[in-house]
Amino acid sequence: MDSDLAVFIQQTVNAISLGGTYALLALGLAIIFSIMGMINFAHGELMTITGYTLMYCGLAGLPFYISAPLAMMVAVVSAVLMERIAFRPVRGGSPASMLVTSFAVAIILQTLFQNLISPRSKAVPLPDVFAHSIHFGELSIGINQILSISLTVVILVTLNWFLRKTILGMAMRAAAEDFSVARLMGVKANAVISGAFAISGALAGAAGVLWVAQRASVDPHMGFVPVLKAFIAAILGGLGSLTGAVAGGFALGFIEIYLAAYLPDHIQPFKEALALGLVILVLLFRPNGLIPAATVGREKV
Amino acid sequence: MTTLLEVKGLYVHYGAVEAVRGIDLTINAGEIVAILGANGAGKSSTLNSIVGLVPPHKGEISFSGGNLFGLPTEIIVRHGITLTPEGRRVFGSLTTEENLLLGSFPLVDPGTYRDQNLQNMYDLFPILAERREQIAGTLSGGQQQMLAIARSLMSSPKLLLLDEPSLGLAPQIVDTIFEQIVDLRNSGITILLVEQNVAMSLQVADRGYIMASGTIVTEGSSDELSSSNIVEQAYLGHE
Ligand SMILES: Nc1ncnc2c1ncn2[C@@H]1O[C@H](COP(=O)(O)OP(=O)(O)OP(=O)(O)O)[C@@H](O)[C@H]1O
Ligand SMILES: [Mg+2]
Repeated sequence: MDSDLAVFIQQTVNAISLGGTYALLALGLAIIFSIMGMINFAHGELMTITGYTLMYCGLAGLPFYISAPLAMMVAVVSAVLMERIAFRPVRGGSPASMLVTSFAVAIILQTLFQNLISPRSKAVPLPDVFAHSIHFGELSIGINQILSISLTVVILVTLNWFLRKTILGMAMRAAAEDFSVARLMGVKANAVISGAFAISGALAGAAGVLWVAQRASVDPHMGFVPVLKAFIAAILGGLGSLTGAVAGGFALGFIEIYLAAYLPDHIQPFKEALALGLVILVLLFRPNGLIPAATVGREKV
Repeated sequence: MTTLLEVKGLYVHYGAVEAVRGIDLTINAGEIVAILGANGAGKSSTLNSIVGLVPPHKGEISFSGGNLFGLPTEIIVRHGITLTPEGRRVFGSLTTEENLLLGSFPLVDPGTYRDQNLQNMYDLFPILAERREQIAGTLSGGQQQMLAIARSLMSSPKLLLLDEPSLGLAPQIVDTIFEQIVDLRNSGITILLVEQNVAMSLQVADRGYIMASGTIVTEGSSDELSSSNIVEQAYLGHE
């Protein structure tokens, strides 16, 4: 295998891995948006909570295969509590008031992390095997990446099964399409919304585990950038569309990684701007995103 | 005759707009009752507030003797009352069968009745059985209306509120829908029908209420209402 091809394959694996993380995050944002018409900017803090849980579990000496699911569970519980405490009182309010509330939650949590844990980045102990790679000739693929891609696939397949094949999944899709009529079918508004937050928490938790597994550290603002990216990915894919969120997440992952790998050195400083420029270019041609939601503009809760 | 639904002094507001202003309605078990009236008379507001989709402002709503006023929609439908909303509002991105399955959600023990009810719906509306895997948004208007009604029936309601089932449908389809309404009543379901199609409605209904500007201007048996010119007056007088 020549080395150009090896580099290309390696970058593609990186792109799938990063894109998968964006996809999980964007999916979490999209599920909440499709049901409540709200962008939850505190979604990133669920990732950060996952990171800190991994850190404490690591310090306590728990093995990663226990601390990772535990951290995801903490994210699920945090997401449900977040809705119950912060978002339920403003439900049905204007989109602006829900947006501001989610910013407030994000900032309050970041402040708590800074003051109760540490304003600085903390190391998260990871199993040694994460640093290993598998070699195929010139090609070397990190165990980390293989695990990340596998987890992403398992989660996407499970979520797809849940939404398509279970009556609760159908109820969530129905509520995303027409909340009032879903209630007319007897679907409980609070239960659907709690369920949506639980799922988004699980997705943020999984993304948090993957993010930390790549970096081995956590800081109070860890969630901010990836969630901003996920928000861009969700818009790129078509806001509120779940398939769109996944497509947008992977598209953004590919754009970022390929630009970083193949742009000439003197243009590298502009790669973020170029990536966003490409996103805007796509949106100029497809204003509702790659795979628009079926119900753009329909009234929400 | 047992009273199934009793509404007294019902008011519905949207901000400053008073859509319903103190109406009384009584629906007895086994009846088909029509609410007729021009655009904007407050018919949909009445039905929507009975099932809690629009919060009623003031008044009493009781069903089989129990209070419904102020309850959330998802609890109201568990009492055995449901609405097929104006404009059908099927879940367009779900399949026909998924729409139907969701209809059985309010049942206490859905597992036991879901399959049986589904089979009943396919017997009642064979076209839906043919289209069971089809995405509901791609069904024709008439098929969507049948799906919307069948979806409501999946919860085995005692009282079905139907909001303009003939809206925008071709004449033969309208005939079919009205025939099915009569069949439903014969199978023991009580029906409160809101319609613009006065002639057809009075043919199938036992009684009717005429609404204008949020109030009930006249009520009577279908024969009384059809043989007089009260109905036209109600429409003309308030347009
Ligand atoms: N969501 C709403 N917000 C504000 N005003 C509303 C709303 N829905 C209805 N109205 C107003 O309330 C009044 C009654 O409307 P409603 O839909 O109940 O009439 P309707 O008899 O069902 O008419 P149609 O035959 O056109 O369906 C109208 O003046 C209407 O403009
Ligand atoms: Mg109406």
